[in-house]
Amino acid sequence: QDNRISIWSAGDFGNAGLNGEYHGEPHFLCDIQHNGDVMDMQFLDQERIVVASSTGTVTIFRHHQNNQTLSDDHRWEKAHYHVDQDTSCGGAACTGVVCNNPEIVTVGEDGRINLFRADQKDAVRTIDNADSSTLHAVTFLRTTEILTVNSIGQLKIWDLRQQRNEPSQIFSLAGDRVPLHCVDRHPNQQHIVATGGQDGMLSIWDIRQGTMPVSLLNAHEAEMWEVHFHPSDPDHLFTCSEDGSLWHWDTSTNVSDKPSFLHQGGRSTAYLSHSTINQSVVSAWLSSDPTKDRMEITNLIPNQTLSVNSLDVLGPCLVYGTDAEAIYVNRQLFA
Amino acid sequence: APLTDTVPPQVVPGADPLARQLCFAWGPAEVLVCETLFGRAGGFRSRCLSRSPCASRFRGKGRAGAAARSLTGSVAATADGGPSSSRVFVVRRDQDIYIQTLRKLFNESHGIFMGLQRSEEELAGKSRKAQLVQVSKNYRSVIRACMEDMHQAAVSTRDPALQGQYSTQVSILSAMELIWNLCEILFVEAATAGPLLLRLLDWVRLHVCDVDSMVREVLSSESPSKHKLFWNVVDVFVLQGRMDEARHLLSKEASANPTSVNMYKILDDLMKKMPVPSLGNTQTLTELELKWQHWHEECQRYLQDGTFASNPHMESICKILLGDEDAILEKKELMTTWYHFLVTRLLYSHPTVKPMELRFYAQSSMDLFLGGESSPEPLDMILMAAFEFEMHQVIKECSIVLSNWWFVAHLTDLLDHCKLLQSHNLYFGSNMREFLLLEYASGLFSHHSLWQLGVDYFDHCPEYGRVYLELHIERIPLSTEQKALKVLRICEQRQMHEQVRSICKIMAMKALRNNRLGSALSWSIRAKDAAFATLISDRFLKDYCERGCFSDLDLIDNLGPSMLLSDRLTFLGKYREFHRLYGEKRFPEAARLLLTLMTAHIAPSSFWMTLLTDALPLLEQKEVIFSAEQTYELMRCLEDLTAGNPDKQKFQDDDVETTKVEMLRLALARNLARVIIKEGTVEGS
Repeated sequence: QDNRISIWSAGDFGNAGLNGEYHGEPHFLCDIQHNGDVMDMQFLDQERIVVASSTGTVTIFRHHQNNQTLSDDHRWEKAHYHVDQDTSCGGAACTGVVCNNPEIVTVGEDGRINLFRADQKDAVRTIDNADSSTLHAVTFLRTTEILTVNSIGQLKIWDLRQQRNEPSQIFSLAGDRVPLHCVDRHPNQQHIVATGGQDGMLSIWDIRQGTMPVSLLNAHEAEMWEVHFHPSDPDHLFTCSEDGSLWHWDTSTNVSDKPSFLHQGGRSTAYLSHSTINQSVVSAWLSSDPTKDRMEITNLIPNQTLSVNSLDVLGPCLVYGTDAEAIYVNRQLFA
Repeated sequence: APLTDTVPPQVVPGADPLARQLCFAWGPAEVLVCETLFGRAGGFRSRCLSRSPCASRFRGKGRAGAAARSLTGSVAATADGGPSSSRVFVVRRDQDIYIQTLRKLFNESHGIFMGLQRSEEELAGKSRKAQLVQVSKNYRSVIRACMEDMHQAAVSTRDPALQGQYSTQVSILSAMELIWNLCEILFVEAATAGPLLLRLLDWVRLHVCDVDSMVREVLSSESPSKHKLFWNVVDVFVLQGRMDEARHLLSKEASANPTSVNMYKILDDLMKKMPVPSLGNTQTLTELELKWQHWHEECQRYLQDGTFASNPHMESICKILLGDEDAILEKKELMTTWYHFLVTRLLYSHPTVKPMELRFYAQSSMDLFLGGESSPEPLDMILMAAFEFEMHQVIKECSIVLSNWWFVAHLTDLLDHCKLLQSHNLYFGSNMREFLLLEYASGLFSHHSLWQLGVDYFDHCPEYGRVYLELHIERIPLSTEQKALKVLRICEQRQMHEQVRSICKIMAMKALRNNRLGSALSWSIRAKDAAFATLISDRFLKDYCERGCFSDLDLIDNLGPSMLLSDRLTFLGKYREFHRLYGEKRFPEAARLLLTLMTAHIAPSSFWMTLLTDALPLLEQKEVIFSAEQTYELMRCLEDLTAGNPDKQKFQDDDVETTKVEMLRLALARNLARVIIKEGTVEGS
C-alpha cells in the first residue's frame, strides 16, 4: 500500500475574477510517504502537521514552504497498541488527534489517551484503559479538559490536571448505545457540544446540565464521520457521512428576535447584529424544538455516490474528501 | 473457444515444478501457488502448471483470451521449518488496477456508470439518445484526461522502464478512445447518411495527429508558401476535408506566384463550392446528391481541359477532389492509416454514404491501403468489425487484446442501455453485459481500496451480482475498525445478514483477544449476537470472581437497553446494580434484587454460590433485612444448590466450600430466628 500525505494549494485568493469567482483548480505542491492509513490529522502550527496512523504511530510532519517539501519531524511509534507494546503486530489504530500547540492529545482503538508535547520524546501523560471500548474522537473542551466519544455511545470529559485516571463526567445517549464517531465544541459557547453517531444522528449536548443530549436530530442514513462548527460563524454546522452526503446546518436565519437597543447610540448595526445573532443562536442550537426556530439544512453534494470521509471549513472555504478518491474545494460557501 | 488453443502458455516466474511439487488453491481473484515438501513421486507433470492455471480455469466459462492477462508471481510469505524455505506465490490476474495513474480512470468512470444506471429511463427517443451520447462523451473525456496525466508522468519520470510503461499506456488509452469514438458515432449516435460523413471526418481529424507537427512548422514559418513542405500541408488539409484552411494557404501561394492566379482562382472556386452534408435538416439527401453530381462534373471538365496541367500539385489536388483513388493513394504517407484513406475516399466519391454501406468501402480501403505489404493489426481488425456493425465481434476482439476488462465492461454496458445487444446468452446463464461487469468488478476486489467501486458494479448485475458480492466481501482484510464499519454498512444495506454476523463475530473476537471488552460488546450489539454477548458477560463475571471487583465499570454501569440482548448480560447489569445498591447502603432493595436474581433464574446456576455468599453480609447486619419469606427462599436456593450438585463428593471434600455452606446455613437460621420474632412482634409494644 502506498499512502501519502500531500499538500495542495487551493488557489490564490487574490485572483478573484470579475464576478468574484475563483479560478484554477487545487494545485499539487508536495507529498511524503506515510506508513499505514491516515486516520486523522490536524495542523499543529503554520508549518507542522500531526498525523494519526492505523499502525498506532503518531507523526509530526513539517512543511517547508520555501522549497515546497515535506519532511518527517518527529514520531511517536506505537503510541497506541494492544496488550504488549513490544510485540511486532500489537499496534492499535490511532483514531483521533487534536492539537493545542504545543500539546497534542491522541486516542485510539486501544482505549488509551495520550498527551504529548511537540518537543518531547516521550508522552507527557498516558491514561491506559481509559475506556473499555474504542475511542473514536477527541477534542479540547478547555485548555486543560478534553472530550472523548467511544463506541458504546458515551461522551466523557477528562480533566488533565487531575492525576486520577477517571473521567470527570460521563454523558450517554438515552436509548440504544449507538457508537459515537465524532465530536466538536461550539467555538464561542463552550458548553455546547455536537456529536455524530453510527446511525447518522446528530446530537447536541449542553454539558452544564444533565447527562443526556439536549436535541437529537435525525440526519444521515449511515455513520456520521465528522462534525464541525464553522470556526468564525458558529451558526453554521457541517456534517459528512458514509451515505455520501455533506450537510450544511444553518441556524443563522433566525433573526426573529432582534432587541430594540439595536438602533441606539449610533453604533454600527453590523456589530450589534452579530452579537445578537450569537445570542439567539444559543437558543437555536439548544432549543428543544428545532422546527420552531427555522434551521435550514442543505445537502451540498448533488450526485452522491461514495462516502464522504472528512471535511474541514475555514472562512468561505469548505474542503471534503470522498471514497471515490476525489477532493472537492468549495470556495464560495456563503455566496 | 478455439482461441484459447492458440494462446501460448505462461509460467509463474520462480515456481519450478521440476524442483518442488506445487499445489494451488483458487481464490475469488487470485490463485495461490505454494511449494510443498512432498517429493516428486512420479506423475506430477510440469505441463499442468506451465499452461497458466488462469487460462484453464477461465476456459470453463467459455471466455477467450484470459491468458493475455499478465501474471505476476510475488513472494507472499516465507516459511521456515524444512530443509529449505518454501514459498507461496500469489498469482494475480489483473495488474492494471495497481497502476497509479489509472486510478482516476476507474474512479471517474464509476461515477459515470452510476449516473447512467440511475438515469431516467422514461426519456424516449431523441432526448434519451442525446443523454446516451453525452454519457459516451463523458467516458471519452475521462480517457483523455487519463491520457494527459499518463503523458505528463511519462515526460517527467527519469526511470526509463517506467517511461516505457507510461508511453505504452498512453498509446493503449489512445487506441481505446479511437475505438470508443467510432462506436459512439456508429452505434450510440447511430449517425445517418449525411451527418455520418461529418462525424467520421471529425473522428479522423481528431485522431490522426502524426502530421500535426509538420502543419505547425509550416504555418509558423515566415513565408509558408516557400516552405518545402508547403504542398504537403495543403494536401493534408484537402485530404481531411478542411477546405477553408486549404484555401487560406493556397491564397498565400497565389499572391506569391502571380502567374498561377487564374489556376488558383478556379481551384479556389471549386473548393468553395463543394457540397457537403449539413447537420441540420436544411437539405435532403437527394438534393445533396444532385448538387454533388453537378459539382463533380464541373471538376471533371476542368481537369480534362488541362487547366491545371502546368502545376502538378494543383492537378493532383483536383484529382483528389474527383475522388481518384490512385491520386489519393499517392498521399499514403500523409494519411498514415487506412481508415483515414477510407474517410477521404468517402468524402470525395460517396459523401451520402449510408451506414450499412460502410463495410464494403472499409474492406476495400484496407486492402488498397495495405496493398499486401503488411497484414492488419488487432486495432485494424477491431475497427473493421465496427465498420461492419459487428458489435459482438468488436467486444470480443477488444477483450482479447486489452489486458483489463475496463473498456469492454463499460462499452458493453453503454451499448446495452442503447438497447443494441440482444441477450447473447453465454452458457452459464447470464448475458454478456453482466458477465463483463462481473469480471471487471471481481478484478477491482483484489485491490485494497478500489473494491468499494466494485460493490456498485455488482449491485447492477441482476443475476449473479449478489452472489459474487457475498463471496468477495468476506475476504476484504479488515485492518481497522473504520474499514470494518464500511464493509458492515454495505452488507446491512443489502440485507446480507450472514455476512454481517460473520464480520461482527470476527471483530468481536479480535477485540476480546485484545482485552477490549467494551468494543467486543459494541460489535455483538451491532450484530444482535446474543451468544457472543453471553460470552463477554461470562468473561466479565470470571474477572470479577478472580479479582473480586469489576473491571470496566463505565461499560457495565451504562449498558442501557442493550442489557436485554442476552440473559447473561442482563444478569451482569443487574448484579452490578446490586453492588451499587449495597454501596449506597440501600439494603432492602439490594436484598430484594439479589433474591430476584436467583428465583427468577436470571443468574446462571454456577454463580449462585457467589450470590449466596454476597447475601452473607446482609444476613449478618444488625438490622433484619430479609423477611421470613425471603429467608425461606434463600434456604431453598441453598438446598437446591447443594442437593443438585453432581460433584457432590468433590464439593464435600473442599473445605472452603463446606465451611461456606455451613456459615450460610448458620446465618440463614439466625436470620430466620430474628425475623420470626420481629414479624411476630406486635407494633407499639
